[in-house]
Amino acid sequence: MGDVEQIQEQQEAADGFSRRTFIKGVIATGASVSASSYVFRDGTVVRAQAPGAVERLVTLTVNSQQRRVDVLPQETLAMTLRYKLGLTGTKIGCDRSECGACTVLVDGVPHYSCSMLTHQVRGRAVQTVEGLEAADGTLHPVQQAVVDEQGFQCAFCMPGFVMNMVSLVAEHPEATRAEAAQHLAGNLCRCADYNKILNVAERALELSRRS
Amino acid sequence: MADYKLIGKEYSTADLVAKVTGRAKYAEDFRAEGMLFTKLLLSPMPHGRVRSVDTTAALAMPGVEAILTADDLPAVDAPEERMLTNEPLYEGEPILAIAAATEEQAANAIEQVQIDLEPLPFMLDPLDSLRPGGSNARLEGNSMDGRDLVDIKWDNVDWTQVDNGTLPTDGEITDEWEVGDVEAGLADADLVLDETVFHQSASHQPLETRTAMAYWQNGKCYLHVSTQSTARTHAPAARWLGVEPDDVVLIAEYCGGGFGSKISGAISSGIPGLLSRKAGKPVMMRITRQEENFIGRARPGIVSRIRIGFRSDGRLTALDLFSVQDNGPYGRTGDFMAMADQSSLMYTPPNMRFRGVAVFTNTPPRAAQRAPGGVQAVAMIAPMLHKAANQLGVDHLELMKINAPAGQQVFGRPRQGQQGNVSSAFVREAVDKAIIQFDWAAMKAKSGQRNGSKVTGVGVALSSYAAGVSGMDGLLTIRPDGRVYIQQGVGNLGTGSVFDTARAAMEALQTDWEQAEVVWGDTSKHLPWSSVQAGSMTTHAHSRANWAAGLDAKRKLQEIAARDLGGSPDSYDVADGRVFRRGNRGQGLTFARAAQRAIALGGKYDGHTLPEDINAMTTVAGTALAGLGLMGIAKDNFETGGRNMSYAIGFAEVEVDTETGGVRLVDYKVSSDAGTILNPRTFAGQLHGGGVQGFGVALSQKWVFDRRWGLHVSKRFYSNRPPTILDVPHERKMEWVAAGEPDPFSPLGARGIGEPSQGAGTGAVLCAIADAMGGEYFNRTPVMSDMILTRLEGLPEPIAKLMAHA
Repeated sequence: MGDVEQIQEQQEAADGFSRRTFIKGVIATGASVSASSYVFRDGTVVRAQAPGAVERLVTLTVNSQQRRVDVLPQETLAMTLRYKLGLTGTKIGCDRSECGACTVLVDGVPHYSCSMLTHQVRGRAVQTVEGLEAADGTLHPVQQAVVDEQGFQCAFCMPGFVMNMVSLVAEHPEATRAEAAQHLAGNLCRCADYNKILNVAERALELSRRS
Repeated sequence: MADYKLIGKEYSTADLVAKVTGRAKYAEDFRAEGMLFTKLLLSPMPHGRVRSVDTTAALAMPGVEAILTADDLPAVDAPEERMLTNEPLYEGEPILAIAAATEEQAANAIEQVQIDLEPLPFMLDPLDSLRPGGSNARLEGNSMDGRDLVDIKWDNVDWTQVDNGTLPTDGEITDEWEVGDVEAGLADADLVLDETVFHQSASHQPLETRTAMAYWQNGKCYLHVSTQSTARTHAPAARWLGVEPDDVVLIAEYCGGGFGSKISGAISSGIPGLLSRKAGKPVMMRITRQEENFIGRARPGIVSRIRIGFRSDGRLTALDLFSVQDNGPYGRTGDFMAMADQSSLMYTPPNMRFRGVAVFTNTPPRAAQRAPGGVQAVAMIAPMLHKAANQLGVDHLELMKINAPAGQQVFGRPRQGQQGNVSSAFVREAVDKAIIQFDWAAMKAKSGQRNGSKVTGVGVALSSYAAGVSGMDGLLTIRPDGRVYIQQGVGNLGTGSVFDTARAAMEALQTDWEQAEVVWGDTSKHLPWSSVQAGSMTTHAHSRANWAAGLDAKRKLQEIAARDLGGSPDSYDVADGRVFRRGNRGQGLTFARAAQRAIALGGKYDGHTLPEDINAMTTVAGTALAGLGLMGIAKDNFETGGRNMSYAIGFAEVEVDTETGGVRLVDYKVSSDAGTILNPRTFAGQLHGGGVQGFGVALSQKWVFDRRWGLHVSKRFYSNRPPTILDVPHERKMEWVAAGEPDPFSPLGARGIGEPSQGAGTGAVLCAIADAMGGEYFNRTPVMSDMILTRLEGLPEPIAKLMAHA
């Protein structure tokens, strides 16, 4: 087929071409070799002491507690929660708004904490999965629904889904299974346990309507 | 099914509250005082060689504490993989690692490494490597014949056939077997289908990347990793670090998904361990999503020429498979071999031949992925059966049943001239149940129905795979607090098997689950020898091993009671946390009291004398726990009936939009034969979750490479897309059913189900799309909307038929 021949030709041309071009590129700058893909946050070289940057001590409201924390200008909320406040329940699955594992509530609205700067949430109420359980150990209806339904498998996505479900039951208490799926569409489960996750959502809606 | 106290009952696993409150700790959730971070320098090219590295400037950067290069590691023989390399064989392969006080400092130091890489010829496509003059992915050759690296070129082959989409069958191969006479079988057939089918490579994409953290204390390395298996990652971890297993404490309480990519952890997890030893400080290595795309693993793609002969009633007369596997750069994955074995089992052809070769490519390393070879077999062959049923005018399920394995079915590659057999197969029973419960007649009637631009298609597929090993050990102690501590070397990978199989011990003791404590996830906690948590082995292996340990504990309870209270051990029973005289429940001992008596008696009762046939790892664990209570410890010596295989049958209903080429999955139901079900909810999770993963393989996950530079362009979730909650049936619950026949060769009769479930989803949805399109088959995965639209419009295929990663 013509296509294949054409691609073969391109490939052959590339074989000769790549050698020269790569060598030139490599010699020209070591940095160009290493800058593209493996750096923290995928290609954005984050410089801790960029000109004009000022480290700032800020007060955050997380799970109804005031927390004083030293935050870099470029720091994401997910990193602050996990590495400054010890709230490792919030997971980082992709660090780029693709998977939803890092979902937290900011003023009751679900946000990807990997893609929010911590400085954006000053003066706003942040809630993470650690903040759902009552002081006496009573689980939030969404948490209870997970336990009741044996929801999720590896559960790395679970905190993000759970936080999104907390907003579902609060905002749409009468949601159907299909509407729940729409609400949860920003969260990825690689075990693909979606059937049980929707069982959990239905159970959570039922429990919170009852309470 | 037998009347069980715990087996087959719904319950909530012990880890759920920790998971749902955020207290469960995965590898990246651990912290240690003074912890450094490391970043990797990854190869920017698909094949190259490090000519020189200058790290002077990098090491002078602020915060930098240590560097690790391939020169720090022992050499290995090709094609074995190391955690760092001076000859990268795929884009993104780690070359060196730097540890610094912060992750930014480590990243900045990596930027300052001056590296001179010599680009080497690369190869992305296994077929192109077989062409005369084609490049090889490795300097040593492009394939393996047994343990030898070889250079295979198909100089004798008519390559215009390949260009036209047909795989020739006269090229050199490395592996073959035959049962019966394939050519005679094809000659006897009423219908022969002869097709070339392409199955893509597919990344595992676990949501938790292979992040790891390590520190050393008193000469031991404490290694926090993401792994599917606990006991079976201990020795590999020691090998990564070059120390004895005694000097590694492996902590892996939770694993954020593996699907075969973390069976015994990840070799890269050794990097923070070695850096930590150099730096004298703890080291965290966070792996980004993009890095995971490179160093995470993938299912090998396979191109096959498949010839199948059918009698007019749908029965196969012969199956001839000729396969070329896209092997990636390291080792040799067995998918293409397993594909033949599973085809032999699912379709039971009386005459069968397999021929194949695995070819190295400069693409991410391959590993087992959920039903390795099995998914490829179903994805490639189920649509051919669908086509045959249509051409012969036979019902699709009738064709499935007439070819289905039954009883102790003989199948697969002959060893010493003999084929092996399965322990049991109740596939026809599973199909018959589904016909009633899923209302097959009504489902079938929807085939071809139009609703505006949308056409409904219905597809079914049988999927089989391995589902259990035997000979593992069980270990428990009944302690003076009255509780039963069940030690599990089984990893907690999300399937629930670490808890579900522990219930077998409590079943043997007829005691409430609330009295059990499962101990898992940390090799310093004295864990017994276990199977790997892969290949759906665990449910079978460890329901048996824990049943054996439970029976051993029960016998010891009976003996102690007889000793203390008189009579024979057999006159005592065990239930509800007590051993008591049969017919007189008042006369007996509580578990707490019996534990104290066991400690006083010593010997075998409290683990001071151990059985001789247990694994050395279990002996170490048993010795450490001796004297803590009454010990139940035993190897699984129960009978076996053959190779343990389980079966799933997917039923998919799709809507293909003839205007957009979009595919909507309207419903998915699945039937199964996996023996006794330990826990219906985790079982259903495997059936449906596996099926949905199968949809991803069929419809949306896809690697695309820049063929000029050999670079990956689909490196993230959005470009290599797993199914979302909206891509699966979500308006009502997905149904399932099981044959309900215990495996006759196992005391509890339970087998695994994780593996076969994926192929059932892939196969069923591919058949359903073909069904909706009135018998248009793509013979290629994934089937995407551009392929559907161009086919509907009668335009040339958008992708050359056999081209990899296009």
